[in-house]
Amino acid sequence: MPAFSAADFDAIWLTLKLATLTTALLLLLATPLAWWLARTASGWRAPVAAVVALPLVLPPTVLGFYLLVTMGPHGPVGQATQMLGLGTLPFTFAGLLVGSVIYSLPFAVQPLQHAFEAVGRRPMEVAATLRARPLDAFLSVAVPLARPGFVTAAILSFAHTVGEFGVVLMIGGNIPQQTRVVSTQIYGHVEALEYTQAHWLAGGMVLFSFAVLLALSLTSRRSLRVLG
Amino acid sequence: MRVAALRRVLPCLAWLLVHAAAAAGQVSVAVASNFTAPMQKIAAAFAADTGHTVAPAFGATGAFYAQIRNGAPFQMLLAADDETPARLEQEGLAAAGTRFAYATGRLALWSAQPGLVDGKGEVLARGGFERIALANPKLAPYGAAAVEAMARLQVLARLQPRFVQGENIAQALQFVATGNAPLGFVALSQVMVDGRIARGSAWVVPSSLHAPIRQDAVILAAGKGSAAASALAAYLRGDKARAIIRSFGYEL
Repeated sequence: MPAFSAADFDAIWLTLKLATLTTALLLLLATPLAWWLARTASGWRAPVAAVVALPLVLPPTVLGFYLLVTMGPHGPVGQATQMLGLGTLPFTFAGLLVGSVIYSLPFAVQPLQHAFEAVGRRPMEVAATLRARPLDAFLSVAVPLARPGFVTAAILSFAHTVGEFGVVLMIGGNIPQQTRVVSTQIYGHVEALEYTQAHWLAGGMVLFSFAVLLALSLTSRRSLRVLG
Repeated sequence: MRVAALRRVLPCLAWLLVHAAAAAGQVSVAVASNFTAPMQKIAAAFAADTGHTVAPAFGATGAFYAQIRNGAPFQMLLAADDETPARLEQEGLAAAGTRFAYATGRLALWSAQPGLVDGKGEVLARGGFERIALANPKLAPYGAAAVEAMARLQVLARLQPRFVQGENIAQALQFVATGNAPLGFVALSQVMVDGRIARGSAWVVPSSLHAPIRQDAVILAAGKGSAAASALAAYLRGDKARAIIRSFGYEL
């Protein structure tokens, strides 16, 4: 018997696609947000930081439940997407992407924020005295200095999305090639008593997660410290 | 004086407690999610009539099977099928000879919108909806029955691309109830209250369109010799429980 069925490969491919796109989107969104959090003196800083950290604490079923309701045809997000002619997001790949970005947000923002804080104000001030414009200074001074933070943010966002389960279960609908990811496929195998197939996929996940964490600590000891 | 009195009273209290516990036990039951609503009613009636209490856990039969095999301390299982209890009995994880059918499930095509589902299920052939929810047919008997019924009606190939599958029947219901799927196949018991459809529109799928959804109960190894578990098994076969079960649209 082959180790993975066609449906398993579909789920693996979909999971990798979801994790890659989620990571790319998160780096784009989290960078300005983390920069702002690292440098602002605004009174909004604490509440915004708390909102960003919410997915760390909330059970994925809570996120999934609210996503299902707000993105559904009667929810505010669902009404907006319908007005834009996009239909509703649950049961679509785009819907999973939105869910994953929210679910993994703290895993991108927090390492970046700590890295930016570690960079401090001084390099940016020096760059300014050398007449670098703010964006130029940010891109050519702050970003390279915060590189370990970016590496950590990317790896953790990717790995955390691969491990997503509760959110997908709530809003996915288990559609092959669209919303059926590895974690829900494993769940299905276990419930159908297909333990051999479950073992292959689950064992693969364990190895993958171990490899990610090992790579993280070997390549960049600093970036792990940034997390703490 | 007081201490002496306490010394005499305490053993009596302890004796009372022990005997009250023996007389009125608690039975922990794993219950298929389609039977959630009737079980809650039955548990209340059972507690009032016998003094025993029920600690129910609701979920997917397949998940319960895996948990029971791995030592979950459930004393009884009310499954969504008849295969899982039989398998547990074969594997020595259930008390032999305690298996019985407690209900036969009925399937319903349901929509939260009034008027969307007609009384004959012609909406399936007519189409005009983007998604149709059902429980994963590989895992849930109600999902398998839905697929069988669609095949008999010769609409399966056309509808298959519109499937959204819940992990169990409770999730299929959730997809339809939140409006994310305009209609879907659910257990009749989930949408029926006191013999009528509580909201939205529904078609009760004729049982001739699919194999009977026979739901069996069994006392598990952990419930062997438990007075409360045997009492619940007997109660489920009694008139009061059967009336409740029927009021949710099950056949017996």
